[in-house]
Amino acid sequence: MRWRWLVRVVHRGVRAQFLTMSRARLLIVFNVLTPVVYATIAMYLYGADQPGKLLQVSVGAGLMGVWTSVLFGSGGAVQNKRWAGLLEPLISTPAPFWVILFSISLATSIVGMYAMIATVFWGAVFFGMPLAFPSPVLFLTATGVCVLSMGMMGMLLASTFVFMRNANALANTLDHPIWLLSGMLVPIATLPGWMQPLTWVLPTTWGAAAVHNSLDGGPVLWPMLGAIVLGAVYLTLALLALRRVEQLARRQATLALA
Amino acid sequence: MGEHDFRGPAIEADDLVRSYRSRSGWLKPKTNVIEALKGVSFTVERGELFGLLGPNGAGKTTTIKILNTLLLPTGGTARVFGHDVTKDPTEVRRRIGYVFGGDKGLYDRLTALDNLLYFAELYGVDPAEQRTRIHELLELVGLSGRERERVEGYSRGMRQRLHIARGLLHKPDVLFLDEPSIGVDPVAARALRVTVAGLSAQGVTILLTTHYMAEADELCDRIAVIADGRIQTMDTPEALKASVAADTVIEVEVAEATDDHVSALRALPGVLWAGAEKGEGRTSVLTVRAKPGGDLYSAVLGVLGDLHIIRVSGREPSLEDAYVAIVGNGSGQVRA
Repeated sequence: MRWRWLVRVVHRGVRAQFLTMSRARLLIVFNVLTPVVYATIAMYLYGADQPGKLLQVSVGAGLMGVWTSVLFGSGGAVQNKRWAGLLEPLISTPAPFWVILFSISLATSIVGMYAMIATVFWGAVFFGMPLAFPSPVLFLTATGVCVLSMGMMGMLLASTFVFMRNANALANTLDHPIWLLSGMLVPIATLPGWMQPLTWVLPTTWGAAAVHNSLDGGPVLWPMLGAIVLGAVYLTLALLALRRVEQLARRQATLALA
Repeated sequence: MGEHDFRGPAIEADDLVRSYRSRSGWLKPKTNVIEALKGVSFTVERGELFGLLGPNGAGKTTTIKILNTLLLPTGGTARVFGHDVTKDPTEVRRRIGYVFGGDKGLYDRLTALDNLLYFAELYGVDPAEQRTRIHELLELVGLSGRERERVEGYSRGMRQRLHIARGLLHKPDVLFLDEPSIGVDPVAARALRVTVAGLSAQGVTILLTTHYMAEADELCDRIAVIADGRIQTMDTPEALKASVAADTVIEVEVAEATDDHVSALRALPGVLWAGAEKGEGRTSVLTVRAKPGGDLYSAVLGVLGDLHIIRVSGREPSLEDAYVAIVGNGSGQVRA
């Protein structure tokens, strides 16, 4: 059965990627420190004036950390595999390349979840933030959906990194704009009007809204559905792009460094 | 090893062309085109061990990468067991294994076992057979007992053997070996040759590229010499050697030869090729190949009269002599 094989490939791929990331010292330091730094900055910027909003602020900083992890994890994974000479052996197997990239995106999403946990923990321990989740189940579900939708965005980006030798440069430019456009820390209502349509087509906007709403009693299911639908759209776009991207990479000879 | 219904050659390359384009400059962008392959054609029969020899940049790796579906040709066609590498890459990938030389291409932070388990899954090896197959291969390449160590701690020879094990996980019909012995110590290289010869004896079709003439001579059923993007000649190692068999080859070990000495040797009447390589310490080993007849020894010693001569010997022309004669590498420079 083909789908069983693909599930096994994803399982092994996630394991390989997760083990690789968990054994990279620099990456561990980066993943451990980044959310904590974000959380500290956010607490000092917004927390002091609005003590009731500490949890919102902390979770927003957590989402920023998750996105950073997913963006650099997915994009970096493709680039690292190119540097390590692994892109060619992976592509020369009969497994569809989208399954390999999906595994990478899933693994980076799982690692990214740590950012949320670390941020909330940091806020609770060092800033006395009360862990008053109205519905922990709803919060965890919304966070899971949000992280997965980020993973699908990461996969679409990673698919383009396959034929770009300098993919890191693109990843660097996408870190902060997505925070702003998704309303992770600052409400998107504060953005200029012409930017609003841009925010609507990002699954992270809907995912972040679901997470924030799970804390202040707003609607959660509709934003979650929006994140799921848009995440599926991004996944489909990634699959369509990958068909073209693999051909393009074979034509332009960009699978190897030289 | 499968594919019983197909009766044609294992590999068919027909007039393959591949060019690389690069752009330079911002204000006045300039497109540079390098023609890596200019019409390469050959076939490899099933079970054959076929060598592709050539200098750096000749087009060997480009040819292999087209055949193993990592590059698209800009012209011509290629088939592996009847499947077109451009139109049907997945079917080609099911039937091929790809092994390349060097340190790269493995998950360094994973153990050898984890590397092999992941690639066994990617190649669609039956889960019930994966561990048995992996242990067979670890035994074959001499890595049994080391499979739970992380690859980052492996020596180059061990990595190379792991590459081979990975390339054989799915029992491929065709194995591409792209300079597998590069940078490997002599003992490991010998073990590699024994493994490759064993695989060939089992009926695996192998396409090998190498810079080591002795390796090609020992292993290959047929050899194609590629230079400047074209196949220059294609024959058995014996036939290639026979093409220079009548020539006289002498080697002279001297103290510190210069390029002028090599040039003077090349200017001697009847000399077809002369070159120098660094010997032990500060010595050089000069090799001169000439047409039969004439007193080559006296002429050569006359040119080198001002040098301290350590050793003079004659030998049978080798595959390397034939190779040099074919690719025309007569630069005459002293090679380090």
